Amino acid sequence: MENRSISDPPPPPTGMPHGGPGGMPPVLGRPPPPPQQLPAQMFTTAAQLLDLTDKKLMVALRDGRKLLGILRSWDQFANLVLQSTKERIFVAPGTAPNQPRGLYADIDRGLFLVRGENVLLLGEIDLDKEDDAPPGYDLAEVELVQNLAKQRKQQEKVKEKKKVAMLAKEGFEGENLGEILL
Amino acid sequence: MLFFSFFKTLIDHEVTVELKNDIQIRGVLKSVDQYLNIKLDNIQVLEEIKYPHMSAVKNVFIRGSVVRYVHLPANAVDVPLLEDATRREAANQAGKGK
Repeated sequence: MENRSISDPPPPPTGMPHGGPGGMPPVLGRPPPPPQQLPAQMFTTAAQLLDLTDKKLMVALRDGRKLLGILRSWDQFANLVLQSTKERIFVAPGTAPNQPRGLYADIDRGLFLVRGENVLLLGEIDLDKEDDAPPGYDLAEVELVQNLAKQRKQQEKVKEKKKVAMLAKEGFEGENLGEILL
Repeated sequence: MLFFSFFKTLIDHEVTVELKNDIQIRGVLKSVDQYLNIKLDNIQVLEEIKYPHMSAVKNVFIRGSVVRYVHLPANAVDVPLLEDATRREAANQAGKGK
């Protein structure tokens, strides 16, 4: 334990002496294979984003927007270039009276350059499922959904304000005061 | 760098990442980088009905800056080793400060 570091490979299993009786005989003229360790270059932002390049992605932004587009370029800060982007807006069920199911609509936005700090997450879209509506949601008119979304935002704002005020009275400070993450 | 190394030891384990917007995503940890950006495979979103935009997504890249918690599998963490490493790192940092 003393001088092991966390990036060391795990110790060999005990109770199986190398080349001892019962163990594997050493292969003549060839050293044993080095312990399996993943190459360091796998653990860079670049390597993670490289797999996603030219794929259709869902990008969730800090202000709650959801963008669907093809990732064409990026850098180490997760600044992104998205092609053929659509913004998808959702409204939860129950926003309007007599609206038992959620609604969504797409707006064409074209080319996007997103500054990295505004990115929450990027998700690769399963192409088998991309044309299915999310469970419980139906496609609707853009204007209808936009209006409902506006309403919803107003409702949430009021709720959030109340919550923050209540917490502040108890001496708590919100993690994202003044900014609603969705 | 300690937690970067620590997360690297958890590659291929199933973890749950909770973001600052309360969404919880469970998946297999595939990669991590110096900013603790996290890549998860085969994801499953808790309370999926609240997050319709995630329904067609199979793997995600999460920006490290928006992560609140990472829930780890207890049996994948060598606690004494981590304690040890943490103390050593702290000692190193203190040494550098002088």
